[in-house]
Amino acid sequence: MLWLATLAAAACSFALKLAGLSVPQRILRDGRVQRIAALLPIGLLAALVATQTFAAGRHLSVDARVAGVGCAVALTWRRAPFLMVVLSAAAVTALVRR
Amino acid sequence: VAQRIDEHTRAARRRVLRNALGVGLATGAYGLSFGALSITSGMSLAQTCVLSALMFSGSAQFGFVGVIDAGGAPFAGVATGALLASRNSLYGLHLSRLLRRRGLRRAAAAHLVIDESAAMSMAEGSDELARLGFWRTGLAVFCCWNVATVLGAVGARFLSDPGRLGLDAVAPAAFVALMAPRLRSAPAWFTALVGGGVALAAVPVTPAGTPVLLAAVVIVGVALRGSRHRTYRTDREAG
Repeated sequence: MLWLATLAAAACSFALKLAGLSVPQRILRDGRVQRIAALLPIGLLAALVATQTFAAGRHLSVDARVAGVGCAVALTWRRAPFLMVVLSAAAVTALVRR
Repeated sequence: VAQRIDEHTRAARRRVLRNALGVGLATGAYGLSFGALSITSGMSLAQTCVLSALMFSGSAQFGFVGVIDAGGAPFAGVATGALLASRNSLYGLHLSRLLRRRGLRRAAAAHLVIDESAAMSMAEGSDELARLGFWRTGLAVFCCWNVATVLGAVGARFLSDPGRLGLDAVAPAAFVALMAPRLRSAPAWFTALVGGGVALAAVPVTPAGTPVLLAAVVIVGVALRGSRHRTYRTDREAG
C-alpha cells in the first residue's frame, strides 16, 4: 500500500511537471489562473507550517516544536541563511525537549 | 569590442554556474533532513530514495511524508503531495517558451522543473543564460538532493529516537523560510493566515492529511473571489 502510494505520488508529480511544459500559452494569460498560481503555494505552505507545528495526531498541542519553529520565524525575519534557519530550529526543539 | 562582449558572456556564464552549484549544495542540506524525516515517518530506505529520485519536488515530498508521519491514509499523502507539486505545472507554463523541446528532452526538462531551477531561470535576463541557469541548477539540485537523501535516511536509522534531535521541527522551519519571500503583499499575508487557520481548525475534526487539502480548497475559493472583484474593478476603470 505504501509502495503503491509512493509510486503514485512520483507519477503525479512528473505528470504535473510535464503538463505545465505542454500547456498552450494562452491559458497563462487568464487572470484567475495567475491569481491561483500566486496564492495557492503560500496558503499550502502556511497550512503545512501550522499543522506540523501544532498538530499531534488529531489534537492540537503546544510543545517543543513551537519553540523551534518560533526560532525559525525569528531567524527568517532577520534574513538568516536557509541552512541556519533549519539547523537552529532542530537544535532549539531538541534543547527544549531535554 | 567583440572580444569584450565575449569576455562579458563568459563571466556571466561562470556566475550562473557558480550560483547553480551553491543552490544545489544548500538544498542538499534540506535533503538530509528529508531523508531522516522520511525514515522517522515509517517509510523504508528504498521508498525514501524512490521519492527523491522520481517525485523530486522538495515540499511535495515533505507533504507526502508528513501525512504518513501523522498516521494519515497513504493516498491522502498522494493528494497532498500532488497539490504541493501542482505549482511546478505553473512554473512549466512560464518555462515552456524558453525550453522548446520535444520527446525525451522535454521529459528530462519536465523532471527538473522545481522551485530552484524555475527561480534561477526567471532571475536571468537573456534567454540563453536563463536556459543555462535552468539546466545547471536543476542538475545540481538533483544530484545533491539524492545523495543527501540517502545520507540522511541512513543516518536516521542509527538514531533510536530522531525526535530527540528536533528533526520534527525541520520541515515546518524549512517551509517558513521558503514562504517568507512570497509574503510581500496584503493578499499574500491574508492567504497565509486563512490557510493556517483553516488547517488548524480542521485538525480535531478531520483525519490526518485532510486539513491541508481543506485549506487548499478554501484558498482557491478566496483567489477566485478576489479575481472576480478585481476584474469587476478593471472593467469599470476601462469603461
